[in-house]
Amino acid sequence: MTYLHNIGAYFLMIAEMFRKPTKWSVMKNLIFKDIDDLVIGSLGIIAFISFFVGGVITIQTALNITNPLIPKYLVGFATRQSVILEFAPTFTSVIMAGKVGSFITSSIGTMRVTEQIDALEVMGINSLNYLVFPKAVALMLYPFAIAIGMFLGILGGMAACVYGGFSSLEDYIFGIQTDFIPFHVIYAFIKTFVFAFVLATIPAYHGYYMKGGALEVGKASTTAFVWTSVVVILLNYFLTQMLLS
Amino acid sequence: MIEVKDLHKSFGDVEVLKGISTTFEKGKTNLIIGQSGSGKTVFLKCLLGLFNFEQGCIAYDGKIFSELSEDEKRDLRGDIGMVFQGSALFDSMTIAENVMFPLRMFTKQSKSEMQDRVDFVLNRVNLSDAHNKKPSEASGGMQKRVAIARAIVNKPKYLFCDEPNSGLDPKTSIVIDNLIKEITEEYDITTVINSHDMNSVMQIGEKIVFLKNGLKEWEGSNKTIFKTDNTAVTDFVYSSELMKKVRQMYIEERQ
Repeated sequence: MTYLHNIGAYFLMIAEMFRKPTKWSVMKNLIFKDIDDLVIGSLGIIAFISFFVGGVITIQTALNITNPLIPKYLVGFATRQSVILEFAPTFTSVIMAGKVGSFITSSIGTMRVTEQIDALEVMGINSLNYLVFPKAVALMLYPFAIAIGMFLGILGGMAACVYGGFSSLEDYIFGIQTDFIPFHVIYAFIKTFVFAFVLATIPAYHGYYMKGGALEVGKASTTAFVWTSVVVILLNYFLTQMLLS
Repeated sequence: MIEVKDLHKSFGDVEVLKGISTTFEKGKTNLIIGQSGSGKTVFLKCLLGLFNFEQGCIAYDGKIFSELSEDEKRDLRGDIGMVFQGSALFDSMTIAENVMFPLRMFTKQSKSEMQDRVDFVLNRVNLSDAHNKKPSEASGGMQKRVAIARAIVNKPKYLFCDEPNSGLDPKTSIVIDNLIKEITEEYDITTVINSHDMNSVMQIGEKIVFLKNGLKEWEGSNKTIFKTDNTAVTDFVYSSELMKKVRQMYIEERQ
């Protein structure tokens, strides 16, 4: 019953988020601030993880290709497919559920604990629109961060491949160009848009409706991370089934 | 003026407010007092519309709150200023930005007009040199004064204060009490203060509503509270040694 209640309350929150919009002159600044906090502030960790995980994918693939009949360019091909289809959109989103998600839950949760949300409501401001909507809009730029992650993942793979001596630069580049299907990138971006909305709203829900003090803010952050990750993984399954099968 | 009739509020099976009726008058400082757990904060949150209640009605200058649409309720809230117990200042903003916030949200004033108004109210609460400080850099008393400045910046008709003196030393408490009283008279607004500070009761309690176990036990003013025979009120008022001595002196003076 609690799960059903939470699912219902979550969708009511989404509906309420679009009612009684905040003045554009104020909302604009909130969106820019959230772009800075949530997207630009995450570029460093996305770049770092993408580059090295791309390298690891390449090494693992190369080490597992022991049959001399398998062409060397397959390393580049496998890295590209892994990074574009799964690593960049899904794996990075799970990591972002921890970074961005806990930031959103704890910042909104702290505002709840310190009565700042009550202060907004008393002033007649739609606090959900003021707090959650700009985050959802800001995270619509998340696919750009993921595009950078894709590029750096493949670049990291190339560096590991060439400097690790697994194949030549030409083979790797030939591999990443082989059988390229542009829809795979579109599929990855569709997933990323959906994940971005989930990353903004599920942690916001857990922060907004939390009760208690500082300890509960920590618990809400953990719960938000778990549920955001679960929803990202489930949606990944359903979207893959719908878009690729 | 705010009129409350037969207000009932429960949380599950626990009835917290058991039918409170009273009137908060315009241009006066109205105090809600009572022990912890008597229902003061719940009552205040019902008045503010932060809690829904099961029975009764609240009328703001004749407008019955529960009969208003959501948009009308939000418009009415534009006429309400609130000072929260913990000040509830926005951490990410400076003190000047906190005070300017209601103006940015609800008025079409130019930036210079808003700045002038912020300067005026910060000056009014004796914080003319604190514009660029963050709330975390301000003392408890300063934070309370900023919260008052934010509450009055948009010229509200109703001012609510939830324990404005909690966590403050007696001297700063007096400053805050005087400030609230002066502002109430100056702007001719309806002020409702939730308190259990006896200094406030004595100093600014022009109208006092005493709550006990979710019921209105007594109603009066700071002039009548010391004469009442209501044992619940006297037990509360004279619970401290200081107040017992004050009462003793009062009785001796009369004899």
